[in-house]
Amino acid sequence: MSWPILSVTTFLPLVGALFIMLMHSDGEAEKRNARWIALWTTLITFAISLILLYRFDPASAEFQFVEKRPWLAGAITYHMGVDGISLPFLILTTALMPVCIIASWLPIQHRVKEYMAAFLVLETLMVGTFAALDLVLFYLFFEGGLIPMFLIIGVWGGPRRVYASFKFFLYTFLGSVLMLLAIMAMYWNAGTTEIPALLRHGFPRDLQTWAWLAFLASFAVKLPMWPVHTWLPDAHVEAPTAGSVILAAILLKMGGYGFLRFSLPMFPAASHDLAPLIFALSVVAVIYTSLVALAQEDMKKLIAYSSVGHMGFVTMGIFAATAQGVAGGIFQMISHGIVSAALFLCVGVVYDRMHTREIAAYGGLVNRMPLYAAAFMVFTLANLGLPGTTGFIGEFLTLIGTFRINTWVAALVTTGTILSAAYALWLYRKVIFGPLTKPTLAAIKDLNYREIITLGPLVVLTILFGIYPKPVIDLSAASVAQLLDNYERAIGAAKTAALLAH
Amino acid sequence: MTDTVEIPTLLPALPEIVLAVGAMLLLMVGVFRGERATKGVEAGAVLLLLLAGLIVVWLPAGKLVTFGGSFVVDGFARFLKLLALAGSAAAIVMSSNYLAVEKRGSFEYSILILLSSTGMMMLISAADLIALYLGLELMSLALYVVAAIDRDSVRSTEAGLKYFVLGALSSGMLLYGASLVYGFTGTVSFAGIAKAASAGASGAANLGLVFGLVFLFAGFCFKVSAVPFHMWTPDVYEGAPTPITAFFAAAPKVAGIAMFVRTTIVAFPSILAQWQQIVVFVAIASMALGAFAAIGQTNIKRLMAYSSIGHMGFALVGLAAGTPEGVHGVLVYMAIYVAMTLGVFACILSMRRDGQMVENIADLAGLARTKPTMAFFFAMLLFSLAGIPPLAGFFAKFYVFLAAIQAGLFTLAVIGVITSVVGGYYYLMIVKTMYFDEPAKPFEPMPYELKAVLAVTGLFNLLFFVYPSPLIQAADAAAKSLF
Repeated sequence: MSWPILSVTTFLPLVGALFIMLMHSDGEAEKRNARWIALWTTLITFAISLILLYRFDPASAEFQFVEKRPWLAGAITYHMGVDGISLPFLILTTALMPVCIIASWLPIQHRVKEYMAAFLVLETLMVGTFAALDLVLFYLFFEGGLIPMFLIIGVWGGPRRVYASFKFFLYTFLGSVLMLLAIMAMYWNAGTTEIPALLRHGFPRDLQTWAWLAFLASFAVKLPMWPVHTWLPDAHVEAPTAGSVILAAILLKMGGYGFLRFSLPMFPAASHDLAPLIFALSVVAVIYTSLVALAQEDMKKLIAYSSVGHMGFVTMGIFAATAQGVAGGIFQMISHGIVSAALFLCVGVVYDRMHTREIAAYGGLVNRMPLYAAAFMVFTLANLGLPGTTGFIGEFLTLIGTFRINTWVAALVTTGTILSAAYALWLYRKVIFGPLTKPTLAAIKDLNYREIITLGPLVVLTILFGIYPKPVIDLSAASVAQLLDNYERAIGAAKTAALLAH
Repeated sequence: MTDTVEIPTLLPALPEIVLAVGAMLLLMVGVFRGERATKGVEAGAVLLLLLAGLIVVWLPAGKLVTFGGSFVVDGFARFLKLLALAGSAAAIVMSSNYLAVEKRGSFEYSILILLSSTGMMMLISAADLIALYLGLELMSLALYVVAAIDRDSVRSTEAGLKYFVLGALSSGMLLYGASLVYGFTGTVSFAGIAKAASAGASGAANLGLVFGLVFLFAGFCFKVSAVPFHMWTPDVYEGAPTPITAFFAAAPKVAGIAMFVRTTIVAFPSILAQWQQIVVFVAIASMALGAFAAIGQTNIKRLMAYSSIGHMGFALVGLAAGTPEGVHGVLVYMAIYVAMTLGVFACILSMRRDGQMVENIADLAGLARTKPTMAFFFAMLLFSLAGIPPLAGFFAKFYVFLAAIQAGLFTLAVIGVITSVVGGYYYLMIVKTMYFDEPAKPFEPMPYELKAVLAVTGLFNLLFFVYPSPLIQAADAAAKSLF
């Protein structure tokens, strides 16, 4: 246990990126080297994160693998550690990175060196976000991710990439700076920015409300929640396939993780009082974006809107603040991380062949691409929440959790699952079924081995966790139980205080 | 006996004396050897600045006071003097190639920068209004001349003249304010003013003091190019030869902020509530103008002018707090700002194509492919100016806003961070031009001295987050020395 395993996991990709940047060779050799270095770096990082998983004690709710070193003068330290809430996201990140690198193997042909370096830097920042135990450090990682993502969308993106990258950057930046001010206010109130200490610190009531709103500004944009989700469809459509995968699977989860790590446990009273706001936004998100998804003509845009809808389940579950709701929220995020990543990869598969994402340009792919049709079917069914897939577990748990708190919200959100079935099946029918009449599609080839490597594991995980979700839920159970214990106690104390005041 | 008394009292001013004497010696060399001596004078000037820096470090620790209390060397002065000297030295280094290539190689340039630096040092140490004015004028007069040094260029002479006329006006206002302050308190020393202001807290005297303060602030704002006295900045930045713009953007700003902070904090602590609202207004107006006005610019020097107005606004956020934490924020901000600015100007100075300097943002198109290393450092400096972590510029903003939140200036902080998002837009536009657009014709190779400046500032900016505590702690000690 002597080596700083979390720091190694976090900064190893950065070392890989440095290596790629300093590498000097020409043309094809350079591209090949960059790809292989990136692949090996992400694979080794993934392997190290599996050691983390192996050594992790799920029975304990405490932060584990803690590292602490002086950093900024004063009370702000370099403090890393994971618990049951952050570890699943960390593993999700390290697991999806090799997939992204393989998915970019051939589609990315220009400026490969910079592309791979940007992805590796992004991995460091994402892993760091989930492992940071100091608010300022968290902010550093959280916000630093904007730079590589901005470049990924802007340099390797589609025709409207400039607009999309600027919108992505400025939306997220605006949300986060308000959070930064809240972090400062918390620092002056608690005298520290260490997350474990802040979790124990009781913030005064008015500060809770303001800080909660400031954190909401940041996480609502990141997640995204209706009505600040409009950057997401643009960013998704324009980003290269692997960029969309990372965006949907991990960057969005930072918002949900933020709610779980900061908003709910640090500002319990504010969370309790403002939960109706979140419920309202979640209901709108689920119903409205599902309806919008029905009207899309672009495959990526449809999946992007469906992501916003699925995140509505997450916010609803988290702020229901029941054991099922929070566990469901975490599970839904992991599930969505796998499924949406896979769906974007599926779009990438046909995009690489036909260079269009228009739904109308496809049809009858099952005749030429049986393997693809099968894989796409699994993810479509998971996306609409069919029992036996991961999607079902997450949606079901969040709905049960919310039902106990607010029946109407649960009832309204349930209609979303019907709508999601509508758009997901509609998409599937349009693209896969029917006669293959379009002449352009006549020579289309089925999945090659590279695509099977990327999609295969995701198919397995989607079904495995759909039938046997216990490993994921158990991993975070202790931490979630502790979080809710503290939450109930804080709410109870606030209520007693209010009663005494009368 | 007199000798033993004389030497210790001059000791605190030794760096200034070395600079002034050295500047005159180099002037002699230049006069007698003519244009041939340009390179030698340049090297001598840089060495002198380094020597002055070494003496600043070597001076005995603690607070040294001399010239009857009008000249102080404390932690605050040491920190900012080193920063100003570094800015000046970098400006001379960066101008060397430009002046040689453009055949404007005149040795006076380095000497004027030396004299101006002497003025800055004096200004930073000034502890009464007379010493302050002396330092200010020495600095400014040299600046007016260097702005117009390209005397055959209409733009340059216009810049110099504009700067001189407006600068003289602002000096006049400052003097008028100083006379009012003297009239109402009976002293020019900062400590004396503070004592008189807190003792005689009667309404009339305080009102007069506030009047004087407003005029003083007008002068200060002009020197640091804060709104509403910023109008000269875009024209002078655009008109002056580029290396001189680089000089204007760094060292004189440090000295200006130093005088602003020292005067306000040391002389007027008792009327904090009055000056705080002025500083808050100035900070908000500067940040907003810097953010919005820069959006439409196509000339990169002009854009940097608006950017610097915005950055002065951010630095003043720290001053508005009026606390040791606030001053700490200002010091950290200035140190990081100088590094970022010098790096950006090293890039701007290497925008040279077909033997001509180019200044339009569009000329940077596709730099990421023609010159990937330069584009990378430039992009990182721009992200840093926008305040994106983990780059140095983030920490600069972090500390000033931390102080503002502590002091309860929430409106200021919220407006400040929002303007930083707006400002982010135009920095992103430059990154977009470099990274997303199709390459234009490549620039000429970068001279090695610019490479060196860019490498040092770029690496500082990139790696600051790895080991930030030395600068943070030094600034902390420096800020505490003022209270």
